[in-house]
Amino acid sequence: MLFQPVILITDALFFALTTVIFVFVMIARKKEHLRRPWGKVIKRTTGAVALVVLICYYSIALLDSMHFRLKLENVTQSEYQYSNEILSVLDVLMASMRTQVEKTFSAPLAVQLFSKEMVQQDDGSMQQIYPRLKYGGAHLDDPLSEKSKDLVKISIRAIVMAILCWAGFWLLTVWRNSKSKHSSFSASLQRFVSGDSEYPLRAIAITTGLITIAIFVSMFVGSKYHLFGTDKVGQDVFYQAIKSIRTGILIGALTTLVMLPVAITLGAMAGFFRGWVDDVIQYIYTTLNSIPHVLLIAASVLLLQVYMSNNAEGFDSLTERADLRLLFLCLILGITSWTGLCRLLRAETFKLREMEYIQAATAFGVTKSNILARHIMPNFMHIVLITVVLDFSGLVLAEAVLSYINIGVDPATHSWGNMINQARLEMARDPAVWWSLTAAFIFMFTLVLFANLFADVVRDALDPRISGSE
Amino acid sequence: MIAYIVRRVLYAFPLLLGINLITFVLFFVVNSPDDMAKNQLGQKHTTAQQIEDWKRERGYNLPLIYNEDASAGAKFTETIFYQKSIRLFVFDFGSSDSGRDISYDIANRMWPSLTIAVPHLIVGLLITITFALLIAFFRASYIDYWAVIICVALMSISTLFYIIGGQFIIGKLLKVVPISGYDTGLDALKFLILPVIIGIVGGIGSGTRWYRTIFLEEIGKDYVRTARSKGISEQLVLFRHVLRNALIPILTGVVVVLPLLFMGSLLTENFFGIPGLGSYTIDAINRQDFAIVRSMVYLGSVLYIIGLILTDISYTLVDPRIRLS
Repeated sequence: MLFQPVILITDALFFALTTVIFVFVMIARKKEHLRRPWGKVIKRTTGAVALVVLICYYSIALLDSMHFRLKLENVTQSEYQYSNEILSVLDVLMASMRTQVEKTFSAPLAVQLFSKEMVQQDDGSMQQIYPRLKYGGAHLDDPLSEKSKDLVKISIRAIVMAILCWAGFWLLTVWRNSKSKHSSFSASLQRFVSGDSEYPLRAIAITTGLITIAIFVSMFVGSKYHLFGTDKVGQDVFYQAIKSIRTGILIGALTTLVMLPVAITLGAMAGFFRGWVDDVIQYIYTTLNSIPHVLLIAASVLLLQVYMSNNAEGFDSLTERADLRLLFLCLILGITSWTGLCRLLRAETFKLREMEYIQAATAFGVTKSNILARHIMPNFMHIVLITVVLDFSGLVLAEAVLSYINIGVDPATHSWGNMINQARLEMARDPAVWWSLTAAFIFMFTLVLFANLFADVVRDALDPRISGSE
Repeated sequence: MIAYIVRRVLYAFPLLLGINLITFVLFFVVNSPDDMAKNQLGQKHTTAQQIEDWKRERGYNLPLIYNEDASAGAKFTETIFYQKSIRLFVFDFGSSDSGRDISYDIANRMWPSLTIAVPHLIVGLLITITFALLIAFFRASYIDYWAVIICVALMSISTLFYIIGGQFIIGKLLKVVPISGYDTGLDALKFLILPVIIGIVGGIGSGTRWYRTIFLEEIGKDYVRTARSKGISEQLVLFRHVLRNALIPILTGVVVVLPLLFMGSLLTENFFGIPGLGSYTIDAINRQDFAIVRSMVYLGSVLYIIGLILTDISYTLVDPRIRLS
């Protein structure tokens, strides 16, 4: 074997979540009552565009979750030995950006370091100059005159290739559409261009086009230059921002995954059984809710830090340690965020159990657990889904704030919060080092913005109160 | 009314007890005082004697719940649970791990927090309500559509960027006000403007969107139709009828956060170097001072519960249809 797969705990959970989503999509496609509201989401332009962007982020996170160890080369054939470093598929795809480490800060697309250094000239004299970068634009002989021309050349090549790929894909789609609808290719193409289709295909095509161009340009330019510059230790900022996607998505997705079972069972039980069960559950979530969330998270993470520093020998590698901390953060965030959903579900179950069909089920002698599972839970699932998508963006934002206060993910984990935390003091430099913050801002803003837009569309489509009035 | 308030306050006690138990379990059972001592003193070259000393100085050398060595009643009072947790009930916070009196610090640092939080709340509320009312006036038009999208975009920007960007543009590029710091008296004004403005701008997106939905809900009600059918102009309908009735959910929503204003804002105070309770908490978190974090958790919970009680009372004050039972 050339490599040894490594499955971290968060990877396993993330794969499990992906499977759940996949199965749900498969089931929903066959059932009309599930397909209709989701079809509504995709038919809205905002919903479709947001979904495309979110799928892109999710795929990057998924690629970044496939971890493995490479086989060491200089070992004899008979024994297998693997490197200690845990890599992901994304690391391999972005290998040039990961390995091309400069000495220290350099501006976006720069060919020189950010600060002057004493360098010995050819004639032996010392001089203060901006030294050339080891990798950024190293292929140029005379950077001053060639750089802009070179950049334009690379970008144009990237854009042309991107457009070719994109156009090929969409022409194929239109062609297949025309086959299945038995209409001519040109008529289908005309309908596609004018945006006359059941689903907003044109908007989706434009979004995917822009994304393809962005990916191609960043890969082409990124292999020769540092697209967003380098940070204090010379690491490529663009690479860091991309690696942070996994952390952001994981925090948003896994937190809901761990809190859902608790919120659903307790919420349904409180509303269905009432009496002392209701009292106890209400007491638990009111108590948890009374504690300011930031402080509860801070307290829990502090205690985790103490535990980890006292049991440092229990962790095999830094990656595993950082991974455990990420998982724990998700758990803590889950503990603080299930209360809201639980209260909503309790109120909804209260209402549902008085419905005639529940009375009918009781009269037929259906057991209580069966009524809960088959008649009540499916009827409040829309609330669960709405809450999940609404909470997602808030959790991504929360991660940044928590990492800033040093109670978020491990400092070794790539995350937007850590990037901001490390870069914010550099703004005070003159001239300011702005690129780390800008990169973190762009990637985080895009994710949160489209998650918010998507959440709005999902709420409009799934909430029977709103969709009924349309 | 008084009977209701008394009952609500009595309700709060089991909650406080629960919070106390949670903090106790978190701070003393999950990690023993020994762990904390080791963490504070460093991992290496720490003798058992040093740990014992550290614990004795801070009163952590007692048994957790039950003290066998003590006599009669002291069996329960000479314990960490009684000394550190039960005493929080009477707001006896004790001293921090570095030896300072926590109650004194809290009383001192409360005021800077309030000088930021109160103008932030009032001015922010006025601005967001105005915006929301304007959007509601232009409802179902392109102005409404784009205003909502702008609100969502503003919501999607992390608070960190508002603060860093605001500091950079207003403080560093334009040099209008100092970037951070604090002073007493009127001199404090120039330090307060920037954090208050940034706080308000950061809250506009979510605030406006939230109040817009409240206004729209109110506009769909029967009394508004009646008012319109009487021939009242749209402006009057909005300002006289809709605004007044929408103020009920808005105000009661604000009452919840009123007591929490004392706690200040963690991020703002930390970034702007304001010596309030927010930065006190952050400093404690960074120094791993568990005594302070524990006190702040308790204080925050108490203030939140007070806020809930005040909300219930304010409902009856602004809406006579709601009767206490």
